[in-house]
Amino acid sequence: MRYVIIGNSAAAIGCVEGIRQVDQEGPITIISREKYHTYSRPLISYLLAGKTDGERMKYRADDFYEKNGCEVMLGRTAVAIDSLAKTVLLDNGERVPFDRLLCATGSKPFVPAMEGLESVPVKHTFLSLDDAKALDQDLTEESRVMILGAGLIGLKCAEGIAKKVKSVTVVDLAEQILPSILDTAAAAMVQKHIERQGIRFILGTSAKCFTPSRAELKNGSAVDFDVLVLAVGVRPEVELLKNAGADIERGVQVDSHCMTSLPDIYAAGDCTQSYDITSGTERVLALLPNAYRQGEVCGLNMAGLETSYDKAIPMNAIGFFGLHMLTAGSYVGEEYVVQSDSAYKKLVTRQGVLKGYILVGDVARAGIYTALIRDETPLDTIDYELIKEKPQLIAFSKGKRDRVLGGA
Amino acid sequence: MKRIYVNEKWCLGCHLCEYYCAFANSGEKDMVKALKGVQINPRIQVEEKDGISFAVSCRHCEEPLCVKGCITGALHLVDGVIEIDKEKCVGCYTCILTCPYGCVMPSDEGVIQKCELCLNNAGGKPACVEHCPNKAIVFEER
Amino acid sequence: MSIDFIYPEYEVVRNQSRCIACRVCERQCANEVHWYDEDAGVMMADESKCVNCHRCVAFCPTRALKIVKSDDTYKVNSNWTGDVISDVIRQAGTGGVLLSSMGTPKNYPVYFDKILLNASQVTNPPIDPLREPMETKVYLGKRPTEIRRDENGDLVNTMPPHLELSVPILFSAMSYGSISYNAHESLARAAQELGIYYNTGEGGLHEDFYKYGANTIVQVASGRFGVHKDYLEAGAAVEIKMGQGAKPGIGGHLPGAKIVGDVSRTRMIPEGSDAISPAPHHDIYSIEDLRQLVYSLKEATEYKKPVIVKIAAVHNVAAIASGIARSGADIIAIDGFRGGTGAAPSRIRDNVGIPIELALASVDERLRQEGIRDEVSIIVGGSIRSSADIVKAIALGADAVYIATSALVALGCHLCRSCNQGKCNWGIATQRPELVKRLNPEIGYKRLVNLVTAWGHEIKEIMGGMGINSIEALKGNRLMLRGIGLTEKELEVLGIKHAGE
Repeated sequence: MRYVIIGNSAAAIGCVEGIRQVDQEGPITIISREKYHTYSRPLISYLLAGKTDGERMKYRADDFYEKNGCEVMLGRTAVAIDSLAKTVLLDNGERVPFDRLLCATGSKPFVPAMEGLESVPVKHTFLSLDDAKALDQDLTEESRVMILGAGLIGLKCAEGIAKKVKSVTVVDLAEQILPSILDTAAAAMVQKHIERQGIRFILGTSAKCFTPSRAELKNGSAVDFDVLVLAVGVRPEVELLKNAGADIERGVQVDSHCMTSLPDIYAAGDCTQSYDITSGTERVLALLPNAYRQGEVCGLNMAGLETSYDKAIPMNAIGFFGLHMLTAGSYVGEEYVVQSDSAYKKLVTRQGVLKGYILVGDVARAGIYTALIRDETPLDTIDYELIKEKPQLIAFSKGKRDRVLGGA
Repeated sequence: MKRIYVNEKWCLGCHLCEYYCAFANSGEKDMVKALKGVQINPRIQVEEKDGISFAVSCRHCEEPLCVKGCITGALHLVDGVIEIDKEKCVGCYTCILTCPYGCVMPSDEGVIQKCELCLNNAGGKPACVEHCPNKAIVFEER
Repeated sequence: MSIDFIYPEYEVVRNQSRCIACRVCERQCANEVHWYDEDAGVMMADESKCVNCHRCVAFCPTRALKIVKSDDTYKVNSNWTGDVISDVIRQAGTGGVLLSSMGTPKNYPVYFDKILLNASQVTNPPIDPLREPMETKVYLGKRPTEIRRDENGDLVNTMPPHLELSVPILFSAMSYGSISYNAHESLARAAQELGIYYNTGEGGLHEDFYKYGANTIVQVASGRFGVHKDYLEAGAAVEIKMGQGAKPGIGGHLPGAKIVGDVSRTRMIPEGSDAISPAPHHDIYSIEDLRQLVYSLKEATEYKKPVIVKIAAVHNVAAIASGIARSGADIIAIDGFRGGTGAAPSRIRDNVGIPIELALASVDERLRQEGIRDEVSIIVGGSIRSSADIVKAIALGADAVYIATSALVALGCHLCRSCNQGKCNWGIATQRPELVKRLNPEIGYKRLVNLVTAWGHEIKEIMGGMGINSIEALKGNRLMLRGIGLTEKELEVLGIKHAGE
């Protein structure tokens, strides 16, 4: 069995580890546009902040490929997939044959059309290690940086560069920061914390037009900058599969075994959409833990061990300047909110199960909440009052505790 | 492999496991020196209510969500034991987000910490088990 | 301040430079001696509540604690001692009978400590128990008196029922109620593993422990609590309790507060009702009456189980024992005045009865004189503290010994003598679930097994030194004993010579 993997990040690594649980022999070829040993994409902001380095960013040890029998083609781009001939065409004209293929192409930055944007000489997206390196090159202690987008990427970028530049201004059309993971109250709390670090926010408006070092905003104000970071959003990278004829919606559509509509061709990670059990909808869940698990499921299935990918939920662990927030699920339902100066907690229940939560500040043992969501545990089988107080196993039945802790 | 099991029937809620855990991971030779005036942050935590009590520490899951979700590759499974590479960890807390038992916690050094069965400290064998006065925490093959 | 003020007996000494305020002392003390002062950030103590059970001392991970006897005294007086004065003050305040627990702490002579053992030199060689066989097994019960043959000339088995013990040690009676479920389980499992017996006491037998029946002695006492057909059949022997060393002539009283749940069910009395054991058995006013009960029990158990009659060691114990031997009982158990109790009036415990050493010697002698020693086996109890005490007891004429206090100490008891308060911090003499769980039978039974195993080794070692290779050869062998510092009369009663003779 010849395995080919397009991509070299979490889903791809998960796939390798999945394959090798079943098949220790079949050759694996990894095709990666980037020229780096597999690295942790979310760490690029930590790299800019000096909290990690090229070595420590490596997602797996140096001998990972060798140990797992992987041939790695770094700096090679797959340009086409022939699903009938079962080959991948590379940018150098080479065709790589496969029996099973994984497409883990991830996502690409989304840059909306804006007037005058082409005239800005120093502008960057912030998704890859190369993006981060390029941005770093352009930063000086005198730089005034404007970041377009107050989402996860924009704010992680802001945190990463805050101590290296003169000023950071974050502009977002939304009225709050981190709209994909936080509600307004939590967002306000986090925003205040980030502002205390000297970062300026201009929310509820967007850029009307750009000149080389100035953005005119729709609310009439303007921002002068030396460096522009575009972090408005990302979109699944689906072109390869789209051209090969696979079904695409928001992202690549896959079945419960993570196979695309094309036989023997699988997809995993940020390029796919999956079924979010908390909202009951197909969504792009661009999250590293999900990508890894999905990749692993692909690997298991590709090597012949039938495995389902289910229980996917949106979840996020992120922190800015020492303030941590963990979130999961969806926020439509009955709310339970506790707020203090330093912490915020919201639990959302619907139809007798926990559907989502937001924790800011005090995040201890949040995984117990995550598990309640993922397992769709009926709340009448646990002591929900105790769970509301804090995540704790004593809220579960004795039988469950004995199984989990006592090995019964 | 040998695992830590807790039997709440015999747990007295004495919390000695927490203190011996903190001591074992302090690097100090004397408990007084290690813990005097210190707010301990142990890798094992006792839950208690209405006469029920039990200690919770890493289950060293065979399918560990913390390891699989780790964004840096700092968490890894070695011979059945989930270990943390504190050099690699950046303290993103994804493991805290994913551990279903709440057994990964922030460390005082800013990253995370978890039970490593005392394999990586001076103890060599789990201090909580050694010092549990009522065999409520055992380390055994089952 | 009340005029009833009595200065606390103990002081809690905390080395604040070692205390890490882990609060384990606070959590472990059911008497609520310790607490944490948030403002000062230090542990505090109210020593007036301390019973000196050493639970906190044993648990303190930094050895920051010790409990010492207070050196506060009343004006020193050899007659009106501090204890005497305090008792008067207490009773003047309450009008009540003073209660205490465990054996008397008073300074009466301990005859075991005034008896020395012999060893072989030159003329008869000692035996090395590691190299040569050594028998510690004993059988308790009547010895067969006649040999009968059937018409074919074959031997008819006339052997009365016996208890077989791997070592001459039994765990003596402690009721479920006076001690906890987990203490009982520890004793039962240990007895099974050791090949010896434990005794239910008068509280009946918990349904969970019927499976240990082959190693159980079931007791029938004056309250007849928990006695029924299955109970009698469950045990390996039946013991009629006439008296107890710590409180001869006194009944028992387990307060209704302790008659809860399983204790109530096992005793077959309603929850919350006081369990009152009368001082006498109301159907026994003579040896003839006793004989009726002995034979009733034998009848009920089809003559398959030995019947034990247990009495306290009192002044005319020898004559009483003679009567019991003639009542049909298979075994006489004699409990010395130093024996333990879950609760007894202090005055009784500290002033009634006689030492087991003297009682044993006189009973053995009397039964021999009357030629009925083989009619019964003799078990003695009431402060058997070590293997040396056991060897001395056997040489004085006992077949085996009952141990209880030493078994409880093995389980964690620190002899604080507060059992009657029901707040045993070691999970032994309590029914409070949060305290009972402190004794894990998994640990407890192994400690009991360890203790008895260790004593077994020591018994062999001591016997080997004497050149004796079986308990049978040691029994009643008073030539192996010498008194030290004893009067002529004491030596005469004990039936031993003085050291040097």
